[in-house]
Amino acid sequence: MRAAREVLSATAGGLGYPERFVPALLDPGRATPALVAGPKGKAANKRFNVYRNNVTVSLIDALAAAFPATMRITGETFFRAMARFHVRETPPTSPLLFEYGRDFPAFIERYEYAQSMPWLSDVARIERAWLDAYHAADAPVLPPHALTSFPAETLGDAVFDAHPSTRLVCSAYPAVTIFSANRESGPVGRIEVRQPESALITRPALEVEVRRLPPGADAFLCSLLSAESFGSAAATASARCPEFDLANAIIVMLGAGAFTAIRHGG
Amino acid sequence: MAKLAIHADRGASEGSRFPAHPVDGLAGTSFKHQHITSILEDQAAKRGFFEVHAENYMGAGGPPHAALTRIRQDYPVSLHGVCMSIGGPQPLDKAHLGRFAGLIERYEPALVSEHLAWSTHDTTYYNDLLPLPYTEATLRRVADHIDEVQATIRRPILLENPSTYLLFKESTMSETAFIRELVRRTGCGLLLDVNNVFVSAANHGFSALEYLADYPLEHVGEIHLAGHTEQEDDEGDLLLIDSHDGPVADAVWTLFDIVIGRCGPLPTLVEWDSAIPDWPVLKAEAIAAQAILDRHAGAFLRGKSHARG
Repeated sequence: MRAAREVLSATAGGLGYPERFVPALLDPGRATPALVAGPKGKAANKRFNVYRNNVTVSLIDALAAAFPATMRITGETFFRAMARFHVRETPPTSPLLFEYGRDFPAFIERYEYAQSMPWLSDVARIERAWLDAYHAADAPVLPPHALTSFPAETLGDAVFDAHPSTRLVCSAYPAVTIFSANRESGPVGRIEVRQPESALITRPALEVEVRRLPPGADAFLCSLLSAESFGSAAATASARCPEFDLANAIIVMLGAGAFTAIRHGG
Repeated sequence: MAKLAIHADRGASEGSRFPAHPVDGLAGTSFKHQHITSILEDQAAKRGFFEVHAENYMGAGGPPHAALTRIRQDYPVSLHGVCMSIGGPQPLDKAHLGRFAGLIERYEPALVSEHLAWSTHDTTYYNDLLPLPYTEATLRRVADHIDEVQATIRRPILLENPSTYLLFKESTMSETAFIRELVRRTGCGLLLDVNNVFVSAANHGFSALEYLADYPLEHVGEIHLAGHTEQEDDEGDLLLIDSHDGPVADAVWTLFDIVIGRCGPLPTLVEWDSAIPDWPVLKAEAIAAQAILDRHAGAFLRGKSHARG
Protein backbone atom coordinates (compact mmCIF):
# COMPACT_ATOMS: atom_id res chain seq x y z
CA MET A 1 0.00 0.00 0.00
CA ARG A 2 2.76 2.37 0.97
CA ALA A 3 4.68 1.56 -2.20
CA ALA A 4 1.58 2.31 -4.27
CA ARG A 5 1.15 5.67 -2.60
CA GLU A 6 4.75 6.61 -3.16
CA VAL A 7 4.46 5.74 -6.83
CA LEU A 8 1.37 7.92 -6.99
CA SER A 9 3.24 10.78 -5.36
CA ALA A 10 6.20 10.35 -7.67
CA THR A 11 4.03 10.40 -10.76
CA ALA A 12 2.49 13.62 -9.53
CA GLY A 13 5.96 15.19 -9.43
CA GLY A 14 5.82 16.00 -5.71
CA LEU A 15 2.31 17.35 -6.04
CA GLY A 16 0.46 14.29 -4.77
CA TYR A 17 -0.02 15.52 -1.19
CA PRO A 18 -3.80 16.07 -1.32
CA GLU A 19 -4.46 12.46 -2.42
CA ARG A 20 -2.55 11.29 0.61
CA PHE A 21 -3.95 13.88 3.02
CA VAL A 22 -7.70 13.84 2.39
CA PRO A 23 -8.81 10.18 2.78
CA ALA A 24 -8.41 10.32 6.57
CA LEU A 25 -9.96 13.79 6.91
CA LEU A 26 -13.55 12.52 6.86
CA ASP A 27 -12.81 8.96 7.95
CA PRO A 28 -11.86 8.62 11.64
CA GLY A 29 -11.10 4.92 11.04
CA ARG A 30 -8.04 5.74 8.93
CA ALA A 31 -4.59 6.35 10.35
CA THR A 32 -2.83 9.72 10.26
CA PRO A 33 -1.32 10.08 6.76
CA ALA A 34 2.30 8.97 6.57
CA LEU A 35 3.45 12.13 4.82
CA VAL A 36 2.98 14.37 7.87
CA ALA A 37 4.82 14.66 11.17
CA GLY A 38 5.15 16.77 14.28
CA PRO A 39 8.28 18.89 14.80
CA LYS A 40 11.47 17.39 16.22
CA GLY A 41 10.29 13.79 15.83
CA LYS A 42 6.95 14.33 17.56
CA ALA A 43 3.83 12.38 16.60
CA ALA A 44 1.16 14.00 14.43
CA ASN A 45 -2.04 12.21 15.44
CA LYS A 46 -3.58 14.94 17.56
CA ARG A 47 -2.13 17.49 15.18
CA PHE A 48 -3.86 15.87 12.20
CA ASN A 49 -7.02 15.61 14.29
CA VAL A 50 -7.17 19.43 14.37
CA TYR A 51 -7.79 19.39 10.62
CA ARG A 52 -10.23 16.49 10.92
CA ASN A 53 -12.13 18.39 13.56
CA ASN A 54 -12.08 21.69 11.64
CA VAL A 55 -13.49 20.03 8.53
CA THR A 56 -16.21 17.96 10.16
CA VAL A 57 -17.33 20.45 12.81
CA SER A 58 -17.39 23.43 10.45
CA LEU A 59 -19.54 21.51 7.97
CA ILE A 60 -21.90 20.33 10.71
CA ASP A 61 -22.06 23.96 11.86
CA ALA A 62 -22.95 25.01 8.31
CA LEU A 63 -25.87 22.56 8.27
CA ALA A 64 -26.96 23.67 11.75
CA ALA A 65 -27.00 27.28 10.56
CA ALA A 66 -28.99 26.41 7.43
CA PHE A 67 -31.52 24.13 9.14
CA PRO A 68 -32.35 25.75 12.52
CA ALA A 69 -35.99 24.60 12.72
CA THR A 70 -34.99 21.05 11.87
CA MET A 71 -32.43 21.17 14.67
CA ARG A 72 -34.92 22.65 17.10
CA ILE A 73 -37.29 19.75 16.42
CA THR A 74 -34.67 17.02 16.81
CA GLY A 75 -32.57 18.66 19.51
CA GLU A 76 -28.95 19.63 18.98
CA THR A 77 -27.36 16.26 19.84
CA PHE A 78 -29.61 14.30 17.48
CA PHE A 79 -29.16 16.89 14.73
CA ARG A 80 -25.38 17.00 14.95
CA ALA A 81 -25.13 13.20 14.90
CA MET A 82 -27.38 13.09 11.84
CA ALA A 83 -25.45 15.92 10.16
CA ARG A 84 -22.14 14.16 10.86
CA PHE A 85 -23.30 11.11 8.90
CA HIS A 86 -24.36 13.35 6.04
CA VAL A 87 -21.13 15.36 6.01
CA ARG A 88 -19.08 12.15 5.78
CA GLU A 89 -21.33 10.66 3.11
CA THR A 90 -21.88 13.81 1.06
CA PRO A 91 -19.28 16.52 1.66
CA PRO A 92 -19.76 19.80 -0.23
CA THR A 93 -18.71 20.11 -3.84
CA SER A 94 -18.77 23.92 -3.92
CA PRO A 95 -16.75 26.41 -1.88
CA LEU A 96 -19.98 28.36 -1.45
CA LEU A 97 -21.32 26.91 1.79
CA PHE A 98 -24.75 28.47 1.28
CA GLU A 99 -25.13 25.97 -1.55
CA TYR A 100 -24.47 23.05 0.80
CA GLY A 101 -27.24 20.84 2.17
CA ARG A 102 -29.27 20.32 -1.00
CA ASP A 103 -29.08 16.54 -0.45
CA PHE A 104 -29.70 16.81 3.29
CA PRO A 105 -33.55 16.61 3.20
CA ALA A 106 -33.38 13.39 1.15
CA PHE A 107 -30.79 12.05 3.61
CA ILE A 108 -33.12 12.87 6.52
CA GLU A 109 -35.93 11.06 4.74
CA ARG A 110 -33.99 7.80 4.78
CA TYR A 111 -32.09 8.38 8.05
CA GLU A 112 -32.86 5.42 10.26
CA TYR A 113 -33.36 7.36 13.49
CA ALA A 114 -35.66 9.99 11.91
CA GLN A 115 -38.26 7.53 10.64
CA SER A 116 -40.66 8.47 13.46
CA MET A 117 -40.70 12.06 12.11
CA PRO A 118 -41.78 11.57 8.48
CA TRP A 119 -42.43 15.31 8.11
CA LEU A 120 -38.90 16.28 9.18
CA SER A 121 -37.44 16.11 5.67
CA ASP A 122 -40.14 18.46 4.35
CA VAL A 123 -39.37 20.98 7.10
CA ALA A 124 -35.73 20.72 5.96
CA ARG A 125 -36.83 21.25 2.33
CA ILE A 126 -38.55 24.48 3.35
CA GLU A 127 -35.39 25.61 5.17
CA ARG A 128 -33.21 24.79 2.15
CA ALA A 129 -35.64 26.78 -0.05
CA TRP A 130 -35.50 29.62 2.49
CA LEU A 131 -31.72 29.81 2.04
CA ASP A 132 -32.08 29.79 -1.75
CA ALA A 133 -34.54 32.66 -1.54
CA TYR A 134 -32.23 34.58 0.82
CA HIS A 135 -29.35 34.52 -1.70
CA ALA A 136 -31.44 34.76 -4.89
CA ALA A 137 -31.05 37.67 -7.28
CA ASP A 138 -32.93 40.85 -6.40
CA ALA A 139 -35.77 41.78 -8.73
CA PRO A 140 -38.86 44.00 -8.60
CA VAL A 141 -42.05 42.01 -8.05
CA LEU A 142 -45.20 42.02 -10.15
CA PRO A 143 -47.56 44.22 -8.12
CA PRO A 144 -50.95 42.85 -6.96
CA HIS A 145 -52.90 45.15 -9.33
CA ALA A 146 -51.00 43.97 -12.43
CA LEU A 147 -53.68 41.47 -13.44
CA THR A 148 -56.40 44.12 -13.61
CA SER A 149 -54.48 46.04 -16.27
CA PHE A 150 -53.86 42.91 -18.35
CA PRO A 151 -56.35 42.47 -21.25
CA ALA A 152 -58.98 40.06 -19.92
CA GLU A 153 -59.57 38.31 -23.26
CA THR A 154 -55.93 37.13 -23.46
CA LEU A 155 -55.48 36.31 -19.78
CA GLY A 156 -56.09 32.60 -20.38
CA ASP A 157 -52.98 32.42 -22.58
CA ALA A 158 -50.80 34.60 -20.33
CA VAL A 159 -47.63 33.21 -18.75
CA PHE A 160 -45.87 34.40 -15.60
CA ASP A 161 -42.15 34.93 -14.97
CA ALA A 162 -41.17 33.60 -11.55
CA HIS A 163 -39.25 35.88 -9.21
CA PRO A 164 -35.68 34.54 -8.74
CA SER A 165 -36.45 33.83 -5.07
CA THR A 166 -39.70 31.91 -5.59
CA ARG A 167 -39.68 28.30 -4.33
CA LEU A 168 -42.51 25.80 -3.85
CA VAL A 169 -42.30 22.93 -1.36
CA CYS A 170 -45.22 20.46 -1.39
CA SER A 171 -45.67 18.20 1.60
CA ALA A 172 -47.97 15.34 2.57
CA TYR A 173 -47.67 16.63 6.15
CA PRO A 174 -48.40 19.95 7.91
CA ALA A 175 -44.81 20.98 7.19
CA VAL A 176 -45.45 24.73 7.04
CA THR A 177 -47.12 24.82 10.44
CA ILE A 178 -44.29 22.76 11.94
CA PHE A 179 -41.64 24.90 10.22
CA SER A 180 -43.23 28.16 11.39
CA ALA A 181 -43.60 26.96 14.97
CA ASN A 182 -39.95 25.94 15.18
CA ARG A 183 -38.13 28.53 13.10
CA GLU A 184 -38.33 31.24 15.78
CA SER A 185 -37.23 30.94 19.37
CA GLY A 186 -40.70 31.30 20.95
CA PRO A 187 -42.56 28.48 22.69
CA VAL A 188 -43.93 25.69 20.51
CA GLY A 189 -47.47 24.60 21.42
CA ARG A 190 -49.02 21.30 20.46
CA ILE A 191 -49.52 21.14 16.70
CA GLU A 192 -53.06 19.93 15.97
CA VAL A 193 -52.97 20.31 12.19
CA ARG A 194 -52.97 17.01 10.28
CA GLN A 195 -53.62 18.18 6.70
CA PRO A 196 -50.94 18.24 4.00
CA GLU A 197 -49.47 21.71 3.50
CA SER A 198 -47.50 23.29 0.69
CA ALA A 199 -45.14 26.19 1.24
CA LEU A 200 -44.58 29.20 -0.97
CA ILE A 201 -41.18 30.76 -0.24
CA THR A 202 -40.43 34.24 -1.63
CA ARG A 203 -38.25 37.25 -0.97
CA PRO A 204 -39.98 40.29 -2.50
CA ALA A 205 -37.47 42.67 -0.81
CA LEU A 206 -34.92 41.76 1.90
CA GLU A 207 -37.09 39.52 4.11
CA VAL A 208 -37.73 35.91 3.18
CA GLU A 209 -41.43 35.04 3.50
CA VAL A 210 -42.90 31.56 3.93
CA ARG A 211 -46.64 31.03 3.36
CA ARG A 212 -48.98 28.08 3.48
CA LEU A 213 -50.73 27.90 0.13
CA PRO A 214 -54.52 27.44 0.05
CA PRO A 215 -55.81 24.08 -1.34
CA GLY A 216 -55.00 23.56 -5.01
CA ALA A 217 -52.82 26.65 -5.22
CA ASP A 218 -49.71 24.46 -5.09
CA ALA A 219 -50.72 22.62 -8.27
CA PHE A 220 -51.64 25.97 -9.85
CA LEU A 221 -48.29 27.55 -8.95
CA CYS A 222 -46.37 24.42 -9.98
CA SER A 223 -47.91 24.71 -13.47
CA LEU A 224 -47.21 28.44 -13.68
CA LEU A 225 -43.58 27.89 -12.64
CA SER A 226 -43.21 25.43 -15.53
CA ALA A 227 -44.37 28.19 -17.89
CA GLU A 228 -47.83 26.74 -18.47
CA SER A 229 -50.48 29.29 -19.38
CA PHE A 230 -52.77 30.84 -16.80
CA GLY A 231 -55.83 29.05 -18.21
CA SER A 232 -54.17 25.66 -18.38
CA ALA A 233 -52.73 26.01 -14.85
CA ALA A 234 -56.16 26.94 -13.47
CA ALA A 235 -57.80 23.96 -15.21
CA THR A 236 -55.16 21.58 -13.83
CA ALA A 237 -55.60 22.90 -10.30
CA SER A 238 -59.42 22.71 -10.45
CA ALA A 239 -59.29 19.16 -11.76
CA ARG A 240 -56.91 18.08 -8.99
CA CYS A 241 -58.56 19.94 -6.15
CA PRO A 242 -62.31 20.70 -6.07
CA GLU A 243 -61.78 23.34 -3.35
CA PHE A 244 -59.37 25.33 -5.54
CA ASP A 245 -60.23 29.04 -5.38
CA LEU A 246 -58.56 30.80 -8.30
CA ALA A 247 -59.13 34.37 -7.08
CA ASN A 248 -57.74 33.61 -3.64
CA ALA A 249 -54.71 31.76 -5.07
CA ILE A 250 -53.85 34.80 -7.20
CA ILE A 251 -54.17 37.16 -4.25
CA VAL A 252 -51.87 34.99 -2.13
CA MET A 253 -49.23 34.57 -4.84
CA LEU A 254 -49.13 38.19 -5.96
CA GLY A 255 -49.17 39.29 -2.32
CA ALA A 256 -46.11 37.11 -1.77
CA GLY A 257 -44.28 38.65 -4.74
CA ALA A 258 -43.94 35.30 -6.48
CA PHE A 259 -43.60 36.78 -9.99
CA THR A 260 -41.75 39.52 -11.79
CA ALA A 261 -43.88 39.78 -14.92
CA ILE A 262 -46.97 38.60 -16.78
CA ARG A 263 -46.57 38.17 -20.51
CA HIS A 264 -48.71 37.29 -23.50
CA GLY A 265 -48.25 33.60 -24.16
CA GLY A 266 -48.36 31.53 -27.33
CA MET B 1 6.75 49.75 -3.34
CA ALA B 2 4.61 50.27 -6.41
CA LYS B 3 3.75 46.59 -6.34
CA LEU B 4 2.16 46.78 -2.91
CA ALA B 5 -1.57 46.18 -2.97
CA ILE B 6 -2.59 49.11 -0.80
CA HIS B 7 -4.70 50.92 -3.31
CA ALA B 8 -5.64 53.91 -1.26
CA ASP B 9 -6.32 55.82 -4.45
CA ARG B 10 -8.59 53.14 -5.88
CA GLY B 11 -12.25 53.84 -6.20
CA ALA B 12 -11.80 57.44 -7.17
CA SER B 13 -11.67 56.61 -10.85
CA GLU B 14 -14.42 57.51 -13.26
CA GLY B 15 -17.49 55.31 -13.08
CA SER B 16 -16.80 54.36 -9.48
CA ARG B 17 -19.84 53.44 -7.42
CA PHE B 18 -18.28 54.17 -4.05
CA PRO B 19 -16.12 56.79 -2.32
CA ALA B 20 -12.38 56.03 -2.29
CA HIS B 21 -11.98 55.71 1.53
CA PRO B 22 -8.22 55.24 2.08
CA VAL B 23 -7.29 52.38 4.41
CA ASP B 24 -3.74 53.51 5.29
CA GLY B 25 -2.94 53.45 8.96
CA LEU B 26 -6.36 52.17 10.00
CA ALA B 27 -7.48 49.34 12.25
CA GLY B 28 -10.62 47.41 11.37
CA THR B 29 -12.61 44.31 12.18
CA SER B 30 -14.38 41.42 10.51
CA PHE B 31 -17.81 42.55 9.32
CA LYS B 32 -20.60 40.49 10.83
CA HIS B 33 -24.19 41.12 9.77
CA GLN B 34 -25.53 41.14 13.31
CA HIS B 35 -23.42 44.26 13.97
CA ILE B 36 -24.63 46.40 11.10
CA THR B 37 -27.21 48.41 13.06
CA SER B 38 -24.74 49.09 15.86
CA ILE B 39 -22.04 50.06 13.37
CA LEU B 40 -24.25 52.48 11.47
CA GLU B 41 -25.50 54.06 14.70
CA ASP B 42 -21.97 54.37 16.06
CA GLN B 43 -20.72 57.67 14.69
CA ALA B 44 -17.52 57.31 16.71
CA ALA B 45 -16.75 54.19 14.64
CA LYS B 46 -16.37 56.21 11.44
CA ARG B 47 -12.61 55.73 11.49
CA GLY B 48 -11.75 52.19 10.50
CA PHE B 49 -12.42 49.50 7.92
CA PHE B 50 -14.19 46.18 7.55
CA GLU B 51 -13.12 42.87 6.11
CA VAL B 52 -15.45 40.28 4.60
CA HIS B 53 -14.93 36.71 3.49
CA ALA B 54 -15.45 36.88 -0.27
CA GLU B 55 -17.38 33.59 -0.48
CA ASN B 56 -20.19 34.90 1.73
CA TYR B 57 -20.97 37.48 -0.97
CA MET B 58 -20.95 35.18 -3.96
CA GLY B 59 -24.70 34.69 -3.97
CA ALA B 60 -26.71 36.57 -6.59
CA GLY B 61 -28.44 39.05 -4.29
CA GLY B 62 -30.29 39.49 -1.03
CA PRO B 63 -29.35 40.84 2.40
CA PRO B 64 -25.59 40.07 2.19
CA HIS B 65 -25.12 42.41 -0.78
CA ALA B 66 -27.45 45.02 0.69
CA ALA B 67 -25.42 45.07 3.92
CA LEU B 68 -22.02 45.15 2.22
CA THR B 69 -23.14 47.91 -0.15
CA ARG B 70 -24.27 49.99 2.82
CA ILE B 71 -21.00 49.43 4.71
CA ARG B 72 -18.89 50.13 1.63
CA GLN B 73 -20.52 53.55 1.25
CA ASP B 74 -19.06 54.65 4.59
CA TYR B 75 -15.91 52.56 4.97
CA PRO B 76 -12.97 51.02 3.14
CA VAL B 77 -13.55 47.30 2.67
CA SER B 78 -11.04 44.47 2.56
CA LEU B 79 -12.04 41.45 0.47
CA HIS B 80 -10.56 38.31 2.01
CA GLY B 81 -10.79 35.15 -0.08
CA VAL B 82 -10.88 31.92 1.87
CA CYS B 83 -11.44 29.12 -0.66
CA MET B 84 -9.38 29.80 -3.80
CA SER B 85 -7.24 26.75 -2.95
CA ILE B 86 -4.12 28.51 -4.23
CA GLY B 87 -1.98 26.05 -2.29
CA GLY B 88 -3.42 22.96 -3.97
CA PRO B 89 -1.88 21.33 -7.04
CA GLN B 90 -5.02 21.15 -9.15
CA PRO B 91 -6.05 23.96 -11.51
CA LEU B 92 -7.91 26.86 -9.92
CA ASP B 93 -11.69 26.79 -10.22
CA LYS B 94 -12.28 29.25 -13.06
CA ALA B 95 -15.88 29.89 -12.06
CA HIS B 96 -14.78 30.71 -8.53
CA LEU B 97 -12.02 32.98 -9.76
CA GLY B 98 -14.57 34.73 -11.98
CA ARG B 99 -16.86 35.32 -9.00
CA PHE B 100 -13.92 36.70 -7.02
CA ALA B 101 -13.05 39.10 -9.85
CA GLY B 102 -16.70 40.14 -10.08
CA LEU B 103 -16.78 41.08 -6.39
CA ILE B 104 -13.62 43.17 -6.76
CA GLU B 105 -15.16 45.03 -9.65
CA ARG B 106 -18.42 45.52 -7.80
CA TYR B 107 -17.12 46.65 -4.40
CA GLU B 108 -13.74 48.26 -5.26
CA PRO B 109 -12.08 46.90 -2.11
CA ALA B 110 -9.09 48.74 -0.68
CA LEU B 111 -7.40 45.40 0.08
CA VAL B 112 -7.65 41.98 -1.59
CA SER B 113 -6.16 38.87 0.00
CA GLU B 114 -6.07 35.08 -0.13
CA HIS B 115 -4.41 32.24 1.78
CA LEU B 116 -1.34 30.09 1.35
CA ALA B 117 -3.45 26.95 1.79
CA TRP B 118 -5.77 24.59 -0.07
CA SER B 119 -9.35 23.54 0.61
CA THR B 120 -10.58 21.71 -2.49
CA HIS B 121 -9.36 18.37 -3.82
CA ASP B 122 -10.96 16.78 -6.88
CA THR B 123 -14.52 18.04 -6.48
CA THR B 124 -14.73 17.99 -2.69
CA TYR B 125 -14.58 21.22 -0.72
CA TYR B 126 -13.18 20.64 2.78
CA ASN B 127 -13.95 24.05 4.29
CA ASP B 128 -10.61 24.36 6.05
CA LEU B 129 -7.27 25.97 5.29
CA LEU B 130 -5.20 22.84 4.72
CA PRO B 131 -1.39 22.91 4.75
CA LEU B 132 1.06 22.12 1.96
CA PRO B 133 4.64 20.91 1.72
CA TYR B 134 7.22 23.57 0.93
CA THR B 135 9.18 22.22 -2.04
CA GLU B 136 10.41 23.46 -5.40
CA ALA B 137 7.43 21.70 -7.05
CA THR B 138 4.79 23.30 -4.81
CA LEU B 139 6.53 26.67 -5.08
CA ARG B 140 6.23 26.61 -8.88
CA ARG B 141 2.60 25.55 -8.74
CA VAL B 142 1.55 28.11 -6.12
CA ALA B 143 3.39 30.86 -8.00
CA ASP B 144 1.49 29.91 -11.17
CA HIS B 145 -1.79 30.10 -9.25
CA ILE B 146 -0.99 33.52 -7.82
CA ASP B 147 -0.02 34.72 -11.31
CA GLU B 148 -3.37 33.49 -12.62
CA VAL B 149 -5.36 35.19 -9.86
CA GLN B 150 -3.52 38.47 -10.28
CA ALA B 151 -3.86 38.41 -14.07
CA THR B 152 -7.60 37.78 -13.75
CA ILE B 153 -8.33 40.47 -11.17
CA ARG B 154 -5.73 42.83 -12.69
CA ARG B 155 -4.17 43.77 -9.36
CA PRO B 156 -1.82 42.13 -6.87
CA ILE B 157 -3.16 40.12 -3.96
CA LEU B 158 -1.91 39.99 -0.40
CA LEU B 159 -1.01 36.39 0.47
CA GLU B 160 -1.61 35.30 4.07
CA ASN B 161 0.80 33.08 5.99
CA PRO B 162 -0.99 30.05 7.48
CA SER B 163 -1.32 28.76 11.00
CA THR B 164 -0.26 25.11 10.93
CA TYR B 165 -0.38 22.14 13.25
CA LEU B 166 1.91 19.68 11.47
CA LEU B 167 4.78 19.46 9.02
CA PHE B 168 5.33 17.58 5.76
CA LYS B 169 8.29 15.21 5.73
CA GLU B 170 8.96 16.14 2.10
CA SER B 171 9.36 19.90 2.76
CA THR B 172 12.74 21.20 1.68
CA MET B 173 12.50 24.87 2.60
CA SER B 174 11.22 27.04 5.42
CA GLU B 175 7.86 28.79 5.25
CA THR B 176 9.55 32.19 5.24
CA ALA B 177 11.85 31.20 2.36
CA PHE B 178 8.84 29.84 0.47
CA ILE B 179 6.86 33.05 0.98
CA ARG B 180 9.83 35.26 0.10
CA GLU B 181 10.30 33.40 -3.15
CA LEU B 182 6.58 33.65 -3.99
CA VAL B 183 6.78 37.42 -3.56
CA ARG B 184 9.84 37.58 -5.79
CA ARG B 185 8.29 35.44 -8.53
CA THR B 186 4.76 36.88 -8.57
CA GLY B 187 5.00 40.43 -7.25
CA CYS B 188 2.24 39.67 -4.75
CA GLY B 189 2.08 41.52 -1.44
CA LEU B 190 1.67 39.89 1.94
CA LEU B 191 -0.95 39.74 4.61
CA LEU B 192 0.98 39.06 7.79
CA ASP B 193 -1.21 37.25 10.30
CA VAL B 194 0.63 37.84 13.55
CA ASN B 195 -1.56 35.39 15.44
CA ASN B 196 -0.75 32.71 12.85
CA VAL B 197 2.97 33.35 13.37
CA PHE B 198 2.50 33.01 17.12
CA VAL B 199 0.36 29.86 16.80
CA SER B 200 2.73 28.16 14.34
CA ALA B 201 5.78 29.13 16.41
CA ALA B 202 4.27 27.55 19.51
CA ASN B 203 3.13 24.47 17.61
CA HIS B 204 6.45 23.85 15.90
CA GLY B 205 8.77 25.09 18.61
CA PHE B 206 10.42 27.95 16.75
CA SER B 207 10.86 31.58 17.73
CA ALA B 208 8.21 33.97 16.42
CA LEU B 209 10.78 36.76 16.41
CA GLU B 210 13.19 34.72 14.31
CA TYR B 211 10.35 33.97 11.89
CA LEU B 212 9.63 37.68 11.60
CA ALA B 213 13.34 38.46 11.16
CA ASP B 214 13.36 36.10 8.17
CA TYR B 215 9.99 37.23 6.77
CA PRO B 216 9.92 39.87 3.99
CA LEU B 217 8.23 42.55 6.10
CA GLU B 218 8.80 45.19 3.42
CA HIS B 219 6.09 43.52 1.30
CA VAL B 220 3.40 43.44 3.97
CA GLY B 221 0.25 45.39 3.05
CA GLU B 222 -2.05 44.25 5.84
CA ILE B 223 -1.87 42.72 9.32
CA HIS B 224 -4.27 40.21 10.85
CA LEU B 225 -4.83 39.73 14.57
CA ALA B 226 -7.10 37.15 16.16
CA GLY B 227 -7.66 35.03 19.23
CA HIS B 228 -6.49 31.45 19.67
CA THR B 229 -7.26 28.59 22.04
CA GLU B 230 -5.11 25.96 23.74
CA GLN B 231 -5.07 22.18 23.31
CA GLU B 232 -2.43 19.49 23.75
CA ASP B 233 -0.44 17.51 21.22
CA ASP B 234 0.31 13.77 21.44
CA GLU B 235 3.15 14.40 23.88
CA GLY B 236 0.96 16.53 26.17
CA ASP B 237 2.66 19.75 25.10
CA LEU B 238 0.82 22.93 24.24
CA LEU B 239 -0.88 22.99 20.82
CA LEU B 240 -2.44 26.32 19.87
CA ILE B 241 -5.55 26.44 17.70
CA ASP B 242 -6.22 29.40 15.41
CA SER B 243 -9.85 29.59 16.51
CA HIS B 244 -10.85 33.26 15.93
CA ASP B 245 -13.31 32.97 18.81
CA GLY B 246 -11.91 35.29 21.45
CA PRO B 247 -9.81 38.39 22.15
CA VAL B 248 -6.26 38.80 20.86
CA ALA B 249 -3.72 37.31 23.30
CA ASP B 250 -1.29 39.60 25.15
CA ALA B 251 1.73 37.95 23.54
CA VAL B 252 0.24 38.58 20.08
CA TRP B 253 -0.30 42.27 20.93
CA THR B 254 3.38 42.45 21.89
CA LEU B 255 4.47 40.88 18.60
CA PHE B 256 2.14 43.24 16.73
CA ASP B 257 3.73 46.23 18.46
CA ILE B 258 7.17 45.04 17.33
CA VAL B 259 5.98 44.53 13.75
CA ILE B 260 4.37 47.97 13.56
CA GLY B 261 7.52 49.50 15.05
CA ARG B 262 9.44 48.03 12.13
CA CYS B 263 6.87 48.42 9.31
CA GLY B 264 4.93 51.52 10.25
CA PRO B 265 1.14 51.82 10.65
CA LEU B 266 -0.09 49.09 8.27
CA PRO B 267 -3.83 48.47 7.90
CA THR B 268 -4.65 46.04 10.71
CA LEU B 269 -7.66 43.79 10.94
CA VAL B 270 -8.98 42.02 14.03
CA GLU B 271 -10.68 38.76 13.02
CA TRP B 272 -13.45 37.25 15.10
CA ASP B 273 -15.44 34.54 13.31
CA SER B 274 -16.94 32.31 15.96
CA ALA B 275 -18.60 32.96 19.34
CA ILE B 276 -19.03 36.49 17.97
CA PRO B 277 -19.49 39.11 20.71
CA ASP B 278 -21.56 42.29 20.69
CA TRP B 279 -20.15 45.13 18.61
CA PRO B 280 -18.58 47.09 21.52
CA VAL B 281 -16.35 44.11 22.42
CA LEU B 282 -15.10 43.68 18.86
CA LYS B 283 -14.73 47.44 18.45
CA ALA B 284 -12.60 47.58 21.60
CA GLU B 285 -10.10 45.22 19.94
CA ALA B 286 -9.89 47.53 16.91
CA ILE B 287 -9.44 50.55 19.19
CA ALA B 288 -6.54 48.79 20.92
CA ALA B 289 -4.94 48.05 17.56
CA GLN B 290 -5.53 51.64 16.39
CA ALA B 291 -3.78 52.99 19.50
CA ILE B 292 -0.65 50.99 18.64
CA LEU B 293 -0.80 52.13 15.00
CA ASP B 294 -1.20 55.76 16.03
CA ARG B 295 1.60 55.55 18.59
CA HIS B 296 4.04 54.45 15.90
CA ALA B 297 2.61 56.57 13.09
CA GLY B 298 4.19 59.92 13.90
CA ALA B 299 7.75 58.71 14.37
CA PHE B 300 7.53 56.32 11.47
CA LEU B 301 6.17 58.86 8.99
CA ARG B 302 8.82 61.40 9.98
CA GLY B 303 11.50 58.76 9.41
CA LYS B 304 9.98 57.68 6.12
CA SER B 305 9.79 61.18 4.72
CA HIS B 306 13.55 61.46 5.14
CA ALA B 307 14.16 58.03 3.68
CA ARG B 308 11.97 58.67 0.65
CA GLY B 309 13.32 62.15 0.09
